[in-house]
Amino acid sequence: MKKVIMGNHALSYGAMLSRAQVIAAYPITPQTQVVELLSEMCADGTLNAKFIKVESEHSAMAACLGASLAGARTFTATSAQGLALMHEMLHWASGGRMPVVMGNINRAMAPGWSIWADQNDSLSERDTGWIQFYCSSNQEVLDTVIQAFKVSEKLMIPSMIILDAFALSHTYEVVEIPEQARVDQFLPPFNPPWRLTPADPHAFGGLTSPDHYMELRYKLQKDMEKVPALVEETGKEYEKLFGRYLGQVEEYLCADAELVFVTSGTAGYTARVAVDELRQKGIKAGNLRIKLFRPFPFEKVRAILSRVPKVAVLDRNISYGHHGIFYQEVKSALYGQPSSPLVFGFIAGLGGRDITRDSFQEIAEYTLSKNRAEEEIVWIGVKK
Amino acid sequence: MSKERKMTLTIPREEYMSPGHLACQGCGASLAMRLALKGLGQKTIVCIPACCWAVIDGPFPHSSLDIPIYHCAFETAASSASGVRAGLDMVGDTETTVLAWAGDGGTFDIGLQALSGAAERNDDIIYTCYDNEAYMNTGIQRSSATPIGAWTTTTPVKHYKKERKKDIIGIMAAHGIPYIATASVAYPEDMVKKFKKAREIKGTRFIHVFAPCPAGWKSRPEDTVKLARLAVQTGYFPLYEIEDGEKWTLNLKVKERKPIAEYLKLQGRFRHLKEEEIALIQQEVDARWARILKHCGL
Amino acid sequence: MSKKKEAKKIVFESEKEMPAVPMSLGSMLYNKTGAWRNIKPVIDLSRCIKCGICWKFCPDASIDIVDDWPQINYVYCKGCGLCAEECPQKCIAMVEEEK
Ligand SMILES: Cc1ncc(C[n+]2csc(CCOP(=O)(O)OP(=O)(O)O)c2C)c(N)n1
Ligand code: SF4
Ligand code: SF4
Ligand code: SF4
Ligand SMILES: [Mg+2]
Repeated sequence: MKKVIMGNHALSYGAMLSRAQVIAAYPITPQTQVVELLSEMCADGTLNAKFIKVESEHSAMAACLGASLAGARTFTATSAQGLALMHEMLHWASGGRMPVVMGNINRAMAPGWSIWADQNDSLSERDTGWIQFYCSSNQEVLDTVIQAFKVSEKLMIPSMIILDAFALSHTYEVVEIPEQARVDQFLPPFNPPWRLTPADPHAFGGLTSPDHYMELRYKLQKDMEKVPALVEETGKEYEKLFGRYLGQVEEYLCADAELVFVTSGTAGYTARVAVDELRQKGIKAGNLRIKLFRPFPFEKVRAILSRVPKVAVLDRNISYGHHGIFYQEVKSALYGQPSSPLVFGFIAGLGGRDITRDSFQEIAEYTLSKNRAEEEIVWIGVKK
Repeated sequence: MSKERKMTLTIPREEYMSPGHLACQGCGASLAMRLALKGLGQKTIVCIPACCWAVIDGPFPHSSLDIPIYHCAFETAASSASGVRAGLDMVGDTETTVLAWAGDGGTFDIGLQALSGAAERNDDIIYTCYDNEAYMNTGIQRSSATPIGAWTTTTPVKHYKKERKKDIIGIMAAHGIPYIATASVAYPEDMVKKFKKAREIKGTRFIHVFAPCPAGWKSRPEDTVKLARLAVQTGYFPLYEIEDGEKWTLNLKVKERKPIAEYLKLQGRFRHLKEEEIALIQQEVDARWARILKHCGL
Repeated sequence: MSKKKEAKKIVFESEKEMPAVPMSLGSMLYNKTGAWRNIKPVIDLSRCIKCGICWKFCPDASIDIVDDWPQINYVYCKGCGLCAEECPQKCIAMVEEEK
């Protein structure tokens, strides 16, 4: 069935089709429609789930974790300040190996108050041990929710599905809503290897001495390393059933490119349009949209970018005192490779400033005119 | 004595807490858990936030309880328990009791918001605060449950605690939850009875357990029960219940209340108090006692 | 109840033997807290009235009921003295531990 829905509702439909059993969430702009629709679905019986209407995001994640450890499939969604408030519990989720799936609407961190797109909220949670997927269309959001549950539950690692504020969260697009029976076929009920039950009592998360802590973290990392292959495998299985494939990255005309943009989120969509325009002008541009950011898709990124002379990384975020975060990550992935391109870092679109096709024209002109990266950060659109 | 005579057992014989745990000698908090579980039985899941009990239970991969434990974040005893309850319901286990077991710091201070949220939603959990009147896990710092006059490492003798203990029962009563009780490790029969009763009630239940801490109170380990008993007999920690936020019942009518000085003098944390200060504390205790009697219609 | 009631400490030789989460796999019974004791309770059973009070109050669940008599479990008893203090018969003596 095709439906015209907003990005936020794509999250809700994804959770519904995945048969989330417990939802605990707290409203924040621009996430509210996610939980509003889920509340309705729970109320009218479309979704058989308990919705815990908590008093904060910290409690939202805490309640999700309790439910997950009790053996229920759990979902939540938040944004910016709410995600930051959850921070402690994000570590709890991964360290406790609780495969919660969460939508996060990328919104700028206050102060000053801003409700507009910016990736610093989710990227601040980069090292919490969550799988992170950055989406660029509503269809991708819905499909990713369903696949994320599968990947997360297989490895017992939580997943975050990330979409830009307004540019995606509030944008209406045609979305193919899969049939429930086929989703059930793809995603069996959650059956964790351990759970809280008096029938088999265990204490979870107790005092862990230096004798053991490191091994537990080693295991988490080893399982994280399995994610890229599992995303590919799960993607293929999904494609067989639904005809749409989602991988770790989306490659657009990179093979013969002299310049490749590295993008994420909705900027990735704009970049494709810009690539077409540049190609009409005779400039061989390409776009590599990073979808899976954690774990980082090293192999894909290396394979694609090592053939390219110049790479321009666009960041809608900044690590103050360092550079754009995707820029850091791409450079670190390419470091020490036998052949590596010239990599340029651009920061644009903070706090909801538009990233337009012109932004990419500017980036392309700059990149093509330089023989080395003279500045670590090139700011796009700052009123200097 | 007669060999034929049976051992008198006034509380269930089953043990759900094993010896070998890590509590200090004479720890009121460990006795509290032992008694509470006798009331609740094995079909219980407990959420324990950061507090002494996070340590008492023992290190991974060991535990001293025969029931499942979720060691959760400091401020999340209530929210974690709400989640566990919802999760169990969704996987078809509606029988198991979900218990949140937090210290006074985790209840009166950092976890109060989550507790209020759970109580407002009337989530089906038993929330127990074992009250040792300070942050003991981190080395005896004041909490809002620390009584007026007490020494702690953050309220040194020169500047002992000047503020009153927060009225947590008043706060919980204002939420109108179905069941609230105070309990004391010195009255195991009353305590076990309350946990049994709580188990049969639906909704948010709150039990405030008085649990002396020899390490933090600078008291003798053998005095733990004596102190808990004196707290009741002086009227410092009366035993009572509140049903549906309205029906107050005094469970132990103390005819002749003992002077608070008897209770204070057994504890190093009050050693610095002068007579006038003790008199002020006595006034406080009297006023609170009178308020509770009034609520109970006595 | 499936929590192993064994008194053996679980030791992991390698990460492969460990679960992915920090979860308990055995009880604390391996931890023989009797070693913490400086003074030990000794019951004079001839004066014991079997009131069960010592058993009821032990914070370490270290008083067993054996053949209907209270019996201190010295493997775990931490020597807090609570039982002796509460015994209405005063028939539990706290005596110096020979070390
Ligand atoms: C968010 C957070 N802040 C601080 C701490 C440190 N901390 C651990 S336990 C504790 C005090 C606990 O006091 P209480 O709840 O009274 O339990 P008790 O230790 O007295 O049994 C503190 C401050 C923590 N674990 N988490
Ligand atoms: S510090 Fe107090 S509450 Fe904590 S284990 Fe020791 S005696 Fe018990
Ligand atoms: S001395 Fe303390 S630990 Fe030992 S048996 Fe008596 S009450 Fe229990
Ligand atoms: S408290 Fe004393 S009299 Fe009562 S059972 Fe124990 S030893 Fe016997
Ligand atoms: Mg405390």
